[in-house]
Amino acid sequence: MIEFRGVSKLFPDGTLAVDDFSLVIPSRKTTVFVGSSGSGKTTLLRMINRMVDTTSGTIEIDGQPTTALEAVALRRSIGYVMQNSGLLPHLRVVDNVATVPVLNGVPKKEAREAALVLLDTVGLDRSLAERYPSQLSGGQQQRVGVARGLAANPNILLMDEPFGAVDPIVRSELQVELIRLQRDLDKTIVFVTHDIDEAFLLGDQVVILEKGGVIAQVGSPTEILTAPANEFVATFIGAERGKRALSIQKTATGDILVDSEGRAAGVLVQQSEGVVR
Amino acid sequence: MNFLIQAFAFIFDPKHYGTANGIEVRLGQHLLISFEVLVIAALIAIPVGYLIGHTGRGRAFAIGFSGGVRALPTLGFMILIALGVGIGLGAPIVALVVLAIPSILAGAYSGFEAVDRRTVDSARAMGMNELQIVAKVEVPLGLPLLIGGLRAASLQVIATATLADYVGGGGLGRFIFAGVQTQDYPQMLAGSILVIFLAIASEILFSIIQRLVVPAGVTAGRPKDVRVKSSRSRAALG
Ligand SMILES: Nc1ncnc2c1ncn2[C@@H]1O[C@H](COP(=O)(O)OP(=O)(O)OP(=O)(O)O)[C@@H](O)[C@H]1O
Ligand SMILES: [Mg+2]
Repeated sequence: MIEFRGVSKLFPDGTLAVDDFSLVIPSRKTTVFVGSSGSGKTTLLRMINRMVDTTSGTIEIDGQPTTALEAVALRRSIGYVMQNSGLLPHLRVVDNVATVPVLNGVPKKEAREAALVLLDTVGLDRSLAERYPSQLSGGQQQRVGVARGLAANPNILLMDEPFGAVDPIVRSELQVELIRLQRDLDKTIVFVTHDIDEAFLLGDQVVILEKGGVIAQVGSPTEILTAPANEFVATFIGAERGKRALSIQKTATGDILVDSEGRAAGVLVQQSEGVVR
Repeated sequence: MNFLIQAFAFIFDPKHYGTANGIEVRLGQHLLISFEVLVIAALIAIPVGYLIGHTGRGRAFAIGFSGGVRALPTLGFMILIALGVGIGLGAPIVALVVLAIPSILAGAYSGFEAVDRRTVDSARAMGMNELQIVAKVEVPLGLPLLIGGLRAASLQVIATATLADYVGGGGLGRFIFAGVQTQDYPQMLAGSILVIFLAIASEILFSIIQRLVVPAGVTAGRPKDVRVKSSRSRAALG
């Protein structure tokens, strides 16, 4: 569990990026921070692994303030995946993945073996292991980034718009892959995106942010969709328009769902099992 | 043209070898001075340059210092030092070290600055400490520009080490100064040709090293000549 308690961040230039932010991030679930550019998502994420220091307030991981550990030790215990993968260009894929375990003292050979297994885990062919990052596609680089984030077997994985720079098809592939991974691995994932569809797809808990890290609403996708807390949220999730505002229309051949433009969007079927989050 | 032929005749004349003032002796002295100067300058400039590059602090100081040093007339400076420390190798070495520092300093910090900030950021986020970031990320990725700086410094030092003999430091300058005194143009020219020869050798050596130290992943998947061009034009800036 990660808990923000009255956390603020004032940058030296006077920008108040996060103002008195409090939130509980449950363990082994995916929490998504979503909000428009500059709302403080990255700042919030980077305060968890102390890449950004808080100005006031505390962040606790399983009841321990993050300041109890050395920043370097804390960061090694937390996986971090960023938008441009951030791979080291002069290291081969397998060595990139093995970096943190090697820093932690795992023998190189062993770490490389484990890295190959991780490549399988994230759905990358082992034949890519000896390549350099510049020889991979953007989507492949992101997978390596995820593998690297998982290499030290952290409980927490921080992901900052990890799929922001790949094309929509690859993005949805990666999203599906992440859902599968999370089912197997059960990490506490904190995911940042400005794509509300991605947030609803991946998040067990979705946090909608306004400027200054102000929480507009926290809840499951269902809660937010069915009961937007205010006008801002409703507009942000597009509840009143487009493909989210579906209505039933009776036709000669049966009932269909149409979107706000009147285009057919789907049909209503009886759900046999499974619960919507 | 005549002088040129005579100069080469001077260089290949066996009489000019095997004595205390032999060409091979002066050539050796010249190389030794240049090498010592490069090593000393590198030992000073690389750590300072890395510190500036890593912390991003002190850059203005480095630029100001380099500008000042570059405006310094090396000969006058050398004579000034010689007045203090006396005739011999000391003064030229100090003056040449000061001359060599700016290029190496610039190569060192610009090498670090050329590393993508996001790469450094992600290394830090993974849990590398500052020393590990320097050693495992910034040094290997900054190496091409550092070598570029050393290359420029080496060229400057080899050319300017000619002045060393003015205060009794020896080296190939001996032939030039002796030639001036006796109006022996072929000998002067021979000295110059030998200096040029060393300069070219230095260029070739460093261009090979430069090619070798570019981290493999940086060029992988890109056409080769692009890299060579860019590192050269950057080095020229230093
Ligand atoms: N190092 C910094 N110094 C000064 N201001 C900063 C710094 N980093 C971020 N900010 C400011 O803090 C605010 C929040 O930035 P942050 O990067 O957290 O936003 P974000 O929600 O991640 O945006 P995006 O979706 O564009 O990534 C912005 O106004 C930004 O300009
Ligand atoms: Mg961001």
